[in-house]
Amino acid sequence: MAVKIKRMENLKRQRKVARNTDESGLYQQYTGRKKMVLVVLALLIVLVSAAAVNAGSMNLNLYQVVQSILGNGNNLSDIVIWRIRLPRILAAIIAGAGLSVAGCVMQNNLRNPLASPSTLGISNAAAFGANLAIIVFGAGTVRSTSTDAVIINNPYLVTVSAFVCSMMATAAVLFLARIRSFSPEAMVLAGVALSSLFSAGTILIQYFAQDFQIAAVVFWTFGDLGRVAWKEVAILTCLIVFSFIYFLHRRWDYNALDSGEETAKSLGVNVERVRQGGMLVSSLIAAVAVSFLGIIGFIGLVGPQIMRRIIGGDHRYLIPASALMGSLLLLFSDTLARTMAAPVVLPVGAITSFFGAPLFLYLLVRGNQKR
Amino acid sequence: MILSAKGLSFIYPSRSVLRNINFTISRGDFLAVLGINGAGKSTLLKCINRILKPCAGTVLIQNDQAGKLSRREMAKRVGYVAQRQESISTTVFDAVLLGRKPYIKWEASPKDLEIAHKALEMLELEEYALRYLDELSGGEQQKVVIARALAQEPDILLLDEPTSSLDLKNQLEVARIIKRVVTTQQIGAVVSMHDLNLSIRFANKFLLLKDGEIFAAGGLEVMTPKNIESVYSVPVIIQNIENVPVVIPM
Repeated sequence: MAVKIKRMENLKRQRKVARNTDESGLYQQYTGRKKMVLVVLALLIVLVSAAAVNAGSMNLNLYQVVQSILGNGNNLSDIVIWRIRLPRILAAIIAGAGLSVAGCVMQNNLRNPLASPSTLGISNAAAFGANLAIIVFGAGTVRSTSTDAVIINNPYLVTVSAFVCSMMATAAVLFLARIRSFSPEAMVLAGVALSSLFSAGTILIQYFAQDFQIAAVVFWTFGDLGRVAWKEVAILTCLIVFSFIYFLHRRWDYNALDSGEETAKSLGVNVERVRQGGMLVSSLIAAVAVSFLGIIGFIGLVGPQIMRRIIGGDHRYLIPASALMGSLLLLFSDTLARTMAAPVVLPVGAITSFFGAPLFLYLLVRGNQKR
Repeated sequence: MILSAKGLSFIYPSRSVLRNINFTISRGDFLAVLGINGAGKSTLLKCINRILKPCAGTVLIQNDQAGKLSRREMAKRVGYVAQRQESISTTVFDAVLLGRKPYIKWEASPKDLEIAHKALEMLELEEYALRYLDELSGGEQQKVVIARALAQEPDILLLDEPTSSLDLKNQLEVARIIKRVVTTQQIGAVVSMHDLNLSIRFANKFLLLKDGEIFAAGGLEVMTPKNIESVYSVPVIIQNIENVPVVIPM
């Protein structure tokens, strides 16, 4: 009898172990699928990059491109590849990743699916800064060249001015939010108020501007990846790599925040500090990106939202996936913008929305069938 | 004694919600917090683990002052389940794994996965491990969040109306699970409830709140028709039906 009971118990234990390994196998399969999505996205970025480095108004063949990348190119191909195409491609990958991951964190921190890096009024503040530099401080002018009718003759002044204004907006919002212990509503509403304050300022400045200055400002706001050289790419890369590690470090906090503020607190999350850090770092990304590149909207909103629908809301995977999706979207859009109406380069911000919006609407209608 | 409150008070800007609350629970205690809507039940629970900061009084958790514990340390000792759950799009397993948050430094260890798994087992949720939380029924979701709180390996469970939105079967099941966990794991539970019959059947200690103050506290002996009538303003009788005390409103 005792032997029988023992055998039964053994059998039970074995079954339980089998079930556990079965489940952990299933769980690994489930997380494996998410990792697979990340790998596929990364491969797509490599593919589009390869297409992008070959595309452009200067007709270089594949052999010339490869030789130039390997350091055996001629002067002309070196200039095209190393000074124009590669920094531009890297800028698209880095800025796309940064804007999208910043949007992902803002959507979580503000508990608002409509949040994006410009929610705190950063885009409007940066535009005001650019207006100030171009119109008031005379950084913009008109030149009759064959390529661009408008040249901004002091891009550094514009960049610095845009950056200072967007950080002022961020500081003001975070300072006001601090009084209300960083409640999402307070931050969103303060952002809306500051946005409209800065656009009012912009309108007033533009009202007294010359038409060529307005042209320069409009040109600036379009958003253009061609503005950056290696130095700017390096600054963007440092900032975004640091931010990405910071966001990953906080990924469990963001998951806890999704379950509600009180639950997050009960799980040991210092909600105020997490929100303050998240908003500050994402705003910094947005401010630097907009100052260097002009306004590139939509990526920060749609990148994380697309991935949320594909792999779910777990920030362990959502943060890297959003970054990759942002890179892919911006790189793809920029390559299209350069090739669609070549030799004319279309504004990348418009192309992003043009292709991102239908994709997003499709996913929205399809619902969350696969995550 | 694993939890005691002394002179606990909380004031919202417009009105005072809790005044001078004192109680103590030991391991294995199931304390039911009872009272009408707005009596201060939820506020009391939130003051215990400092989701809200009490204005006066102290909470002792295993002889340590709650105010001196870090959030993380508090989360290792006290599990909390809020009244309303957010609908989130993660799997049941990941939702329960979140209970390991106070212990996780960079990534969940095999031990964390194992504890999350055990918590699922305790609530008999293994089959649901890979289902999405927002696809489950209210009762199942409630069990998932209790499992998450258990994955914190707490000494004290705070549950804010865990049975209020459930059907009869799930109410009994959830109350039974709480009772079983409290007894087998030798932890303490503070549970705010509306269902007097459920509380009488499963709790061993009672705290009757009226207008933010303790009206009566103690064992089953405080659950008299007179006390209940004073707290709820409804006359009741209590009858034993097959050895189960039943509160019948008149």
